[in-house]
Amino acid sequence: MSKKILMTGNEAIAEGAIQAGCRFYAGYPITPQNELPAYMAKRMPEVEGVFIQAESELGAINMVFGASAAGARAMTSSSSPGMSLKQEGISYIAGAELPAVIVNVMRGGPGLGNIWPAQSDYFQATRSGGHGDYHSIVLAPSCVQEAYELMFLAFDLADKYRTPAIILGDGMLGQMMEPIRLSAEHRTPNTEHRKKWTLTGCKGRSPNIVKSFYMVEGDLEKFNLTLQRKYKTIQQKEERFESLFLDDARIILVAYGSMARIAKSVVNNLRKKGKKVGLVRPITLWPFPQKAFTYNLSPKTYYLVIEMSYGQMLEDVKLTINGKAKVEFLGRAGGGIPTEEDIMNKIKRISV
Amino acid sequence: MEKVFSHPKSLRNVSTHYCAGCGHGIAHRLIAEIVDELGIRERVIGVAPVGCAVIAYDYWDFDCSEAAHGRALAVATGIKRVRPQNIVFTYQGDGDLAAIGTNETIHAANRGENVTVIFINNAVYGMTGGQMAPTTLLGQKTTTTPLGREIKLHGYPLKISEMLALLPAVKYIERVSLHSPPEIIKAKEAIKLAFQNQIDNIGFSLVEILSPCPTYWDMPPKKALDWIKEVMMKEFPIGRIK
Repeated sequence: MSKKILMTGNEAIAEGAIQAGCRFYAGYPITPQNELPAYMAKRMPEVEGVFIQAESELGAINMVFGASAAGARAMTSSSSPGMSLKQEGISYIAGAELPAVIVNVMRGGPGLGNIWPAQSDYFQATRSGGHGDYHSIVLAPSCVQEAYELMFLAFDLADKYRTPAIILGDGMLGQMMEPIRLSAEHRTPNTEHRKKWTLTGCKGRSPNIVKSFYMVEGDLEKFNLTLQRKYKTIQQKEERFESLFLDDARIILVAYGSMARIAKSVVNNLRKKGKKVGLVRPITLWPFPQKAFTYNLSPKTYYLVIEMSYGQMLEDVKLTINGKAKVEFLGRAGGGIPTEEDIMNKIKRISV
Repeated sequence: MEKVFSHPKSLRNVSTHYCAGCGHGIAHRLIAEIVDELGIRERVIGVAPVGCAVIAYDYWDFDCSEAAHGRALAVATGIKRVRPQNIVFTYQGDGDLAAIGTNETIHAANRGENVTVIFINNAVYGMTGGQMAPTTLLGQKTTTTPLGREIKLHGYPLKISEMLALLPAVKYIERVSLHSPPEIIKAKEAIKLAFQNQIDNIGFSLVEILSPCPTYWDMPPKKALDWIKEVMMKEFPIGRIK
């Protein structure tokens, strides 16, 4: 068993990426994710990978487009305002069916906002974000260990489905240090042999074209239907969530990422007092884990959605439950974080 | 008997969508001939722009990528850094390279990426229907400069090749023209050198090609060629810039 080491979430994400075989990183500075590119700048040369500080977020995401087209496991990272700039490239990556991993260490918005943790980019990540009918796979780690581990999954899913995968963290997760255990696993960085579509020069085969443009009438609709079938498969196979005490819970807290840790403390404390509370923590935000919402569906059950936003995941919970149970909400954003006390007070009001 | 002319292997035997008198077909062919002559068809990776040449990959017969409008040199950077053994070039128009993609262009050049850039300057946006380009000449009428380009409203034609020549990491820049057969032969020599530089690991090389757009210059093809020689070349003199 390897020994534990102390790392920030940002560093753990970077190390996880390297071990998952990522050999290309391009990014542009923005707080609160700057430890991530700094770590990559040191680590990439050690594994003969490429690190580029790009001239802009647009530059970075399009370098990732090229690196992925050329067969590398490639990633970029940013925080909320920078993610807005990357949306063009993410749409093209989805449209060209390229794998890529994009990390968003969310901060407060809208606009320049501030550098405090937030979860206000849920809509941007789980809806298309950029233009066109597409989805990115969205993974939401809630601790540093999980942030590290989900990088393996993110690259594997991105490759498997040839689609962008977003790690949706927040400033708290990115900046926080926790002891984590690194796995002994190191993925083979060169996955070209599995990627017959990559641009390598057309030696011994007909030319490969990486594109998202379909000019002949009907072709784009056909391509969109292909994408939709892919998204359906992802929805059927890739939902992930953690749950606590769903069997008999009457009040079920729903939270993801850093927020879920605070919610989990509340659930554990109230359980000690015999209260029938439970927790759903979505790990995949897209596909949204619908299977988590099949327990105790009755008008007497409350789902309490808690977010560092003013109600974004709330919409997915409501769509999933579809009126079969009551849905309540508690949220703060712009630097505010719902505390255990806030949650306890909200639960008291529901229980009365 | 010696064979002196044939269809380039790197050019698909299909009709193009280009207008009568357009320069893109000539530029595509020159690239295909050079790729054949340098024996790099199985190593080359082209990056197509957004603009009239958006489907250049339907005409070239080797590996290609699209790039979002203006981002060709960012995409090329990603490809070349991952696969330095390949020969990577971008093919971009004036709007792509010198307006929406200026940032990507300048920084790829300043990093000295070892790639080849083919820059088509026809002083107008063709694909979107004839709007003002950064290289539109003073007085030139476009759909967005109906009275002609004016300094006080639109500024001057942007000479991005001269700007790029200031950067120490840029190794070769030449401006050529497609207005006559002798000039086309010179254009081919320049493009070939820009590819050879990459093969020899010399660094960032760019060829700006003055190319006719009779449709949006609103003139017959022959007159468009004369216009390059008599008007456009006064603003954009041809020859080696660096």
